[in-house]
Amino acid sequence: MKKSYKIDVDCANCANKMEQAAKDTAGVKDAVVNFMTLKMNVEFEEGQDAKAVMQEVRRNCKKVEDDCEIFL
Amino acid sequence: MNKKQKKMLIRIVISAALMVGFHFLPFAGPLRFASYLIPYLVIGYDILLKAFKGIRNRQPFDESLLMSVATIGAMAIAVYEDGDYTEAIAVMLFYQIGEWFQSYAVGKSRRNISELMDIRPDYANIEKDGRLEQVDPDEVEIGSVIIVRPGEKVPIDGVITEGRSSLNTSALTGESLPRDAEEGDEIISGCINMTGVLKVKTTKEFGESTVSKILDLVENASSRKSKSEAFITKFARIYTPAVVYSAIALAILPPLVRMLGLGISAEWGTWIYRALTFLVISCPCALVISIPLSFFAGIGGASNAGVLVKGSNYLETLSQTRYVVFDKTGTLTQGVFEVNAVHHNEMEEEKLLEYAALAESASSHPISRSLQKAYGRETDRSRVTDIQEISGNGVTARVDGVEVAAGNSKLMERLGIDWIDCHHAGTIIHMAVNGEYAGHIVISDVEKPHAKEAVQSLKAAGVVKTAMLTGDSRKAAEHVAADLGLDEFHAELLPADKVSKVEELIAKKGDRGKLAFVGDGINDAPVLSRADIGIAMGAMGSDAAIEAADVVLMDDDPLKISKAIRISRKCLRIVYENIWFAIGIKLICLVLGAVGIANMWLAIFADVGVMIIAVLNAIRALFVKRL
Repeated sequence: MKKSYKIDVDCANCANKMEQAAKDTAGVKDAVVNFMTLKMNVEFEEGQDAKAVMQEVRRNCKKVEDDCEIFL
Repeated sequence: MNKKQKKMLIRIVISAALMVGFHFLPFAGPLRFASYLIPYLVIGYDILLKAFKGIRNRQPFDESLLMSVATIGAMAIAVYEDGDYTEAIAVMLFYQIGEWFQSYAVGKSRRNISELMDIRPDYANIEKDGRLEQVDPDEVEIGSVIIVRPGEKVPIDGVITEGRSSLNTSALTGESLPRDAEEGDEIISGCINMTGVLKVKTTKEFGESTVSKILDLVENASSRKSKSEAFITKFARIYTPAVVYSAIALAILPPLVRMLGLGISAEWGTWIYRALTFLVISCPCALVISIPLSFFAGIGGASNAGVLVKGSNYLETLSQTRYVVFDKTGTLTQGVFEVNAVHHNEMEEEKLLEYAALAESASSHPISRSLQKAYGRETDRSRVTDIQEISGNGVTARVDGVEVAAGNSKLMERLGIDWIDCHHAGTIIHMAVNGEYAGHIVISDVEKPHAKEAVQSLKAAGVVKTAMLTGDSRKAAEHVAADLGLDEFHAELLPADKVSKVEELIAKKGDRGKLAFVGDGINDAPVLSRADIGIAMGAMGSDAAIEAADVVLMDDDPLKISKAIRISRKCLRIVYENIWFAIGIKLICLVLGAVGIANMWLAIFADVGVMIIAVLNAIRALFVKRL
């Protein structure tokens, strides 16, 4: 399952960090952050609850970049 | 400017003013330190805070931490020497100016590009109780009748049921010439209605309409990252830690060596200062921001020219294209039959065409239609009698009482008339009038007006080899290939043969250079996906083409292929310029910093200045009009 989320982040390097953090989150198969369009495309692993996983993704992203937001 | 940017601008101005102002005050010692602390905190408090949070979250190589360490270190040296505080403040100040500029420039180009692609319709008009009502296009069901007034965008794909008008398709195709549309014509969302009121019966939902598909495609294009972007991400991951470790080494090793090895004074202050300049240079911002920005601008510029590129990776591949393989019918030729020549005619050409058109007037075959078209006038059926169609051969009829036979060589043989063979490619209509041979008419598929130019401009753009694949006869293919100046052609291919032919060509060309296949997307989807890069043309409204190809040309002008290649080349050139420029300047400054030639000011330039220049350079990728 794939979903797209709107994000807010100020610097491109931070966007890359968010991408890595999202990828490393359990339940996420792959994630791509597009800094230019401020979107995060997340592919979830089979049978995962997107909402729960995204909460975790958001927490992990906040850890690497305090100043970011994912609109869930 | 948004709120965040305004606030930052105010902080920058206040801090800069205070810094300059304190320069003229005769303070000394702790009082001087305290007064300079004010502008430092004004400009840097959020960075310090962020750095602190970074440590708490165990993210040591956060750029705010680097900036904090560098500026606190510079402050400490200044306190120790009761010297120059401005340096530390300036580093923070310029760092913030750089961040501000970056956010402003990126926001601006985001807006620019979405303006270029400003085809999203905001509403659809529906007639209710004799009055027009504006509704969300999403809510319009298939089969509803919508009304499009002059000046409005067509919101949903459909068929015109009433009215006629000219449509401006430039936002979709980059073509500035308006297109005429009238009752019964299909109409595509995203066009702008220019002259008359149109009633349109929708055939698709908004989400499935051309305009939604295109917007979706362009918006997601920059998510498919190119090799250069992947390289930069990797580079950034290595670069920052590497510079930080060398900064630590630079701060500790040389003084120790001097003290213990050489027995001279350690000069900790000098070496720590040099290490701090390292930290300032350590941010890879210039690269990390400018590369995706270049691709984003390139894709935006291309879509404005009517070339949709589905991803940064495809833009990269497109720029390496050295081999272009075309499909013939519908790509290089119009797929419409036309009378090309009349040979060996005894009577006037027009007279012969008139006889042919009249004799064939009962038929609706494409050949007959092209004859009618060449004749150019209304055919008066009452002039024709005794029409006899001989299947597989042709027609005999009486026109104005004169016996006319029009058909292939078999018909001529059947009638016992000597005929002259034609060396031209195409369908040959032999004509006999009153039982005597009267010449033949050549009907063939016509080349697109820009086809020849397109092939030439591809050559000029550095394409090594052009080839054509077709299911058509060898003779017809040979003719087109020779006429357009193509290097190679393969005729009489079945659709499956085209795939294996493309595979063969890919194998033959080796690793250098990419192979592009250009087709109309209707029955060559497998070939489009097999080639290194598939280009579909004339895609307005064709879902299959948008689906199968990597690059979609919105109109069917083959000249756009070379334009697309030039756009991608420009974009990639900018990307490489930025990579070399940013890495080069940073490395030079690192070396100069290590030997003590570069001070903090040069380090700021290496960080902020390079980033600003790289961003400005990246935005150039947007301008593709004159390519």
